[in-house]
Amino acid sequence: MYHKEKSIQIKNSASALYNNLGVLRIAPRRLTYFTVVHANVVNMVSASWDGLNYSHRQLQSKEPNVATSTSLITQAAFCALPSRDLLVVTSQKGIQMYESDGSIMVYWHALDTPETATELLCVPAQAVFARGISAVCESYICVGLSTGAILVFDVPSKGSNITLSDVMEGHKESITDMASECCGGEVCIADLVSADDGGNLCVWQSGEEFKLLNHIPGFDISCSSVKLWKGTVVAGYGTGQIRLYEAVTGILHAEVNAHARWIYSLDIAPFSGLLLSAAEDSLVRVWHLTMTPESHSVEIAHLYNECVTDTQICGAKFCDGDGYAFAVTGYDLSEIIRYTQS
Amino acid sequence: MSSRTLPLLFINLGGEMLYILDQRLRAQNIPADKAKKVMNDIITTMFNKKFLEELFKPQELYSKKALRTVFDRLAHASIMRLNQASMDKLYDLMTMAFKYQVLLCPRPKDILLVSFNHMDAIKDFVKDTPSILGQVDETNRQLIEMYTTLSSGDFQLIRQTLLIFFQDMHIRVSIFLKDKVQNSNGRFVLPTSGPVPYGTQVPCLIRMFSCSGEEVTRRQFGNGGNYTAALREGSFEIFGDRVTKLGTNMYSVSRPVETHMSGTSKNSAQHTKVNVAPNPLAKEELNLLAMLMGGLEVQKPGNADNGFRVNLFSTDEEEEEALISRPDDLSYGVINIQATKDQQANAELAKIMGEFTESGDQSPGSSSKGDDLLAMMDGL
Repeated sequence: MYHKEKSIQIKNSASALYNNLGVLRIAPRRLTYFTVVHANVVNMVSASWDGLNYSHRQLQSKEPNVATSTSLITQAAFCALPSRDLLVVTSQKGIQMYESDGSIMVYWHALDTPETATELLCVPAQAVFARGISAVCESYICVGLSTGAILVFDVPSKGSNITLSDVMEGHKESITDMASECCGGEVCIADLVSADDGGNLCVWQSGEEFKLLNHIPGFDISCSSVKLWKGTVVAGYGTGQIRLYEAVTGILHAEVNAHARWIYSLDIAPFSGLLLSAAEDSLVRVWHLTMTPESHSVEIAHLYNECVTDTQICGAKFCDGDGYAFAVTGYDLSEIIRYTQS
Repeated sequence: MSSRTLPLLFINLGGEMLYILDQRLRAQNIPADKAKKVMNDIITTMFNKKFLEELFKPQELYSKKALRTVFDRLAHASIMRLNQASMDKLYDLMTMAFKYQVLLCPRPKDILLVSFNHMDAIKDFVKDTPSILGQVDETNRQLIEMYTTLSSGDFQLIRQTLLIFFQDMHIRVSIFLKDKVQNSNGRFVLPTSGPVPYGTQVPCLIRMFSCSGEEVTRRQFGNGGNYTAALREGSFEIFGDRVTKLGTNMYSVSRPVETHMSGTSKNSAQHTKVNVAPNPLAKEELNLLAMLMGGLEVQKPGNADNGFRVNLFSTDEEEEEALISRPDDLSYGVINIQATKDQQANAELAKIMGEFTESGDQSPGSSSKGDDLLAMMDGL
């Protein structure tokens, strides 16, 4: 169903982090941006669709004005708002927001670290970091924290006047991933889902004030990647399972024993309902989701396997809304491998 | 990221070091009493109480250089000496072995079972010396206390932190190449067959449910592998069957220690740049550690008969050759630490050193503190 295309070389290898691949299509310019995190650096490649031009950029996780501190990056993701696209980078120190081409850092939010932690030789027992990034609705970007809190930033259509507008408390464990409704057109009540290290899922409604609509309890295993499509939560777990829940009611529609190791990444092609899952077991699988409006339920069917030999996959994303192509990267791998439908 | 990574990194690397030294001591026909002394001295240093107290405090990982320096000291905590080439080789073998174990361990939590395999073997090395065994047992209890309550997510964070530490290291190890678990490009082989991790089902089943929770459809799919059901879970108790073989001693007389030097040309060019600018905090930690280690370095070979040199190569010529031919970017450039000088420059460090002196009433002048520390360590 898919065949391998020419790989894109990147400057540094990918670190083993959940959802470690960012993809943004810039249709008017016929190019795609890719981001891959390597320790304290974000590797960025802009690739023209004709495959002739690749330009590279590296972003450091550096707190402005502090020369010495670099920290490990946990995630880099593109946030596409109706008015603008931003690249959001989360780390141990804080949250950075860049213009989508990585040229200018427009916003920096420092994480609160306990005062003692700044003293020498004293690091808090619980790791402090931000992780889980999602654009929601017209103007919001949500970012998860290791404390379980979720920060909501209000982003103006241009300029750097980004403000922290809300802090949502729904999780008790570290946030792993977050996703907004990706089906577009249709109006759904729930428009954001967040996941944590205990596998708990929170379903939110955005607005002036975000509302917690539903809490779907976990079963003590991390939910490492989550998506929201047509009112259905698609969640991937450390057990290699994928679960499909109705977001608002929490009804379990399907459970798939999908992978032999931890799932690291899920992605949905919203127009076709294709679902991509990738795991430490070196396999990428493509599934098909269909809604049956009569029974208000969703069905899932398996379509395709791709083995990336000897690679613990850490990032996998469709490159377009139909799922015509997808890209994959893995731990210690200095390339982005692309696959296109035959 | 995880501030609980360092103890596991140290204990597992230390465990691998002991496996290799044990094998080399036998291969070079070192008299049993001397070999025993070396193993005992190193294990005593590794499990020194004050040292481990520091180690178990929540903290970021050290830079590669800093950790290498710690192991340099540890390897020389006894009457045995290693030259630069042998030490490089020893460190390469240790790190690649633990990288393999971290990468291959079925669940993140199984890193703890790998650590217990190392601890079990270390206990066996010192089973005839109750005082050292007690130290090791104490650490084992600390490991259990600190780690068995952590969640799967905490362990995944530890594992990801370790993988960042080992990122871009692709040194080829002959025992791995022979066993076909490493490819000629230095990457490890990831099987798509065999038992799935404990708690995971063999991938192949799709179940769908009605709104009332009844299973309405059950479908199979081809998983592209050849998996079997999970084995039983390994024991996280102080004694028990760990089930996994990762972290056990893979060397024996018939499977000696050997390395193919250097990464592939492609990979060595991009040898890691993560810690080029080491964390200044880590450097302080390193100084402290090195002092603790240094404090124990009392077993200077008294006369020519007593000390001896161990070679990680089959001949001295080979060793010399390895030192000359080692690519620059694979050299660790060990930092030399002068504890007594540094501590004067650093009040914080002096304060910590002060904590290690026996009485709390030392004079503010810090010049004698290093000596006090040494004296205290001598007394251990």
